Amino acid sequence: MVKAFLRDYPTEARLLLVVLAIVLFLSLASDSFFTLVNFTSLLNNTAVNLIWAAGLLVVLIAGGIDISFAVAASVVQYVAVYVFEALGGGNWAIGFVVAGALGIALGFVNATLIHHFRIITIVVTIATFNAFFGLLMFFTSGRFLYNLPDWWVDRIIIFEHQTANGTWAELTLPVAVMVLCLAATWLLINRTTLGRQLYAFGDNPEGARRLGINIALMQFLAFGWMGMMAGIGGLMQVNIVQEVVPNALIGRELDVLAAVVLGGARLGGGRGSVLGCVLGVMIVALTQNGLNLMGVSPFAFKMVVGAIILIAISASNLSFARRVRPPVGGWK
Amino acid sequence: MALDTPGAALTPAISFRHVSKVFGGVHALDDVDFEVMPGEVHCLAGENGCGKSTLIKIITGVYTPELGVEMAFFGRRVASVTPNIARQNGIAVIWQDLALFPEMSVAENIAFETLLGNLPRLVSYRSLRARSAAILETLGEDIDLDARLNTLPIAQRQIVAIARALISDAKLIFMDEPTASLTQSETDSLLGVVRKLAARGVSVVFVSHRLAEVLDIADRVTVLRDGKLVGVFEAEGMTQSRLTELMTGKTFGAEVAARDMTGAPAVLEVEGLSRHGEFEDVSLTVHKGEVVGLTGLIGAGRSELGHALFGMTRPDTGAIRLLGRALHLRSNRDAVAEGIAYVSEDRLSLGLVQPQAIADNIVLPILSRISRRTGLISPTEKAGRVEHWLRELSIKAGQPGDPVSTLSGGNQQRVVLAKWLATNPRVLILDSPTVGVDVGARAGIFRIIRVLAEKGLAILMISDEVPEVYFNADRVLHMAGGRIRGEYDPRKVTLKELEAAVYG
Ligand SMILES: Nc1ncnc2c1ncn2[C@@H]1O[C@H](COP(=O)(O)OP(=O)(O)OP(=O)(O)O)[C@@H](O)[C@H]1O
Ligand SMILES: [Mg+2]
Repeated sequence: MVKAFLRDYPTEARLLLVVLAIVLFLSLASDSFFTLVNFTSLLNNTAVNLIWAAGLLVVLIAGGIDISFAVAASVVQYVAVYVFEALGGGNWAIGFVVAGALGIALGFVNATLIHHFRIITIVVTIATFNAFFGLLMFFTSGRFLYNLPDWWVDRIIIFEHQTANGTWAELTLPVAVMVLCLAATWLLINRTTLGRQLYAFGDNPEGARRLGINIALMQFLAFGWMGMMAGIGGLMQVNIVQEVVPNALIGRELDVLAAVVLGGARLGGGRGSVLGCVLGVMIVALTQNGLNLMGVSPFAFKMVVGAIILIAISASNLSFARRVRPPVGGWK
Repeated sequence: MALDTPGAALTPAISFRHVSKVFGGVHALDDVDFEVMPGEVHCLAGENGCGKSTLIKIITGVYTPELGVEMAFFGRRVASVTPNIARQNGIAVIWQDLALFPEMSVAENIAFETLLGNLPRLVSYRSLRARSAAILETLGEDIDLDARLNTLPIAQRQIVAIARALISDAKLIFMDEPTASLTQSETDSLLGVVRKLAARGVSVVFVSHRLAEVLDIADRVTVLRDGKLVGVFEAEGMTQSRLTELMTGKTFGAEVAARDMTGAPAVLEVEGLSRHGEFEDVSLTVHKGEVVGLTGLIGAGRSELGHALFGMTRPDTGAIRLLGRALHLRSNRDAVAEGIAYVSEDRLSLGLVQPQAIADNIVLPILSRISRRTGLISPTEKAGRVEHWLRELSIKAGQPGDPVSTLSGGNQQRVVLAKWLATNPRVLILDSPTVGVDVGARAGIFRIIRVLAEKGLAILMISDEVPEVYFNADRVLHMAGGRIRGEYDPRKVTLKELEAAVYG
């Protein structure tokens, strides 16, 4: 069992070790780290990143990359506010459908540009990143929205527990949604035929084409899924911060991207897993959390996080190079 | 022989007429007709770059042919073909470049067809594995179904590609050089499978540069030259030399080229070299200007020895000496710096940067040598070298600036050779230098090897084709079970004797 896991998921096994090491270190270094309250708040705070990471994982597996999703999530938030107003206030069911559908629509914009104009994904999504953000700032004039429907901003507690010293440890709705999103993504990429086609397409696009895999479908599925996750993540973000701010999410895309790549998804396609992706996000989150508890300046922790990602990625590349046969014929 | 079904007026399994294909002004195919009967083994023969793979890609819907084409599957005319239409008509392909998924498991690679379709379904890994296992069993192969494809050696990947084509119950299977990286026994078992398929009424279109194989298996042979149809011939009564003539328009003779070079100074000396589980107590010497052939069945440890000599693996014991000086190679960079060049057997996937220009690939290892003092590359120097090697190896390419991926499989291999020859090495290790290369070009490659030897290069040529080393090496070493079992002088033994020694 363990052996098979180590063989089939060497990256994940290594990341798990890193997570354990970080947890061990922080438990020794800070009293407030290894507590239920800290863990639940950690989960609440990483839920949105994990939802986005699930979407981005699918795009990376299919051989693409997406820079635009965090901005797309902001666009979804703004448009959703007006849609809910038009629908007389809305509720959670409407909320999920609207946010998901808007996200998918924005994802399809990316997929259309990529597929029909044969532009590479990074160029397309950098362009849509700028376009989405420009349009958003233009139409909102940078206005914040606080007057949101109650159902949207009310905290929904799915688990609570009073600890010995009287503080409450609680998990909120975004955590449950995050778990569902990860489960759905796992199901898609591991257990459905289309998910396997995504892997195949990312792994060897020419081979996929010769087998008759529907390339357009792959792009729309990958970016549609990413868009849906962006929208749902946006919806959850509002539930947490209780406001809609046009430039609140910009920049988050790179944090998520780095974490997902750290989790073993390969830029270039064909590799990556939900477990690895969760571990990647958790490593970054744990580190930030730990440094925070130890009172290190937030700028320092940006730096430390950068260093961790660098070390982790090069470590996994090194051991990868050792595992496969040396590049016959020298260098590439 | 397979056409003994009653009723001579059979409908062909596929009938393609007036097939043309132009790539940027170059006619890869020019008004070719191609027809295969049910249950027929049909070989497609021709030199590198004559359009064999292109024809297969057109019939299977990967490329769109030029206007004027007439296409029919089993008597039904079709207006256009896509990969899905081809598959629905019972066509399967083993691609020359395999077209597998390196990151996915063996089982998924073999049975990927069951995962196709635009509507999502749940994957049953159990049935996927069962079907893959069944097909591997009919091939008599035992490969770990859960292994990731890119952990397998190239020969096993080839088996996986074969298994993938067989899984679909196809009525016609294209095999584009399926035997290029197989051992003799694997080749035999594949040819056995081909015969069984034909007996069941499945047609097989077979591409191979090993003409003996072609004549052994085929009912008919379609010969292409420079994208044009030369003709369709019965294999019965055809000889290798006649076929070669048809393919190239030239005639070739085979003569033993061996000379005695053991008097020249030793360049590469290996003494008692062992690496656990790979080879044991190997000693050999390659002299200045000598071509030493190293033959043996696959698994004999030949390639592994090559890896060690090129610094890619470290031997456990023993010594490697270059011009009398002991070498301690820590990596292949060390080996290159010492003047050792190595052309690997797995050239397609590892030797080339596919999307880059042919010219850039050729000069890759010698960038520093063609740079000016400013560090910039001298364009005239580069163009000169590239042109030299394109001519020397008669590489059929559009422009030196075209990406390597536009070359035919055999021409890509010549680019790899060019790349290493351009380093102007002292020792050249060639692992299976002619796999997938046509007869005409083989002669060309051996002529170059000769010329290089005459210029003083010490050459170690690894090959599992005994005739190849017999006719082209000065001395032949036979390796089996990781050890050197014998040394032969081609001038003193016959080909039959040497083959008997190697194939046992
Ligand atoms: N995608 C492409 N773009 C441009 N030229 C191409 C492309 N594919 C093939 N060609 C050219 O078409 C010609 C025929 O190539 P093809 O691959 O069919 O040869 P082949 O007969 O299969 O040769 P080999 O025995 O070496 O595999 C070659 O000159 C090749 O350079
Ligand atoms: Mg070919």
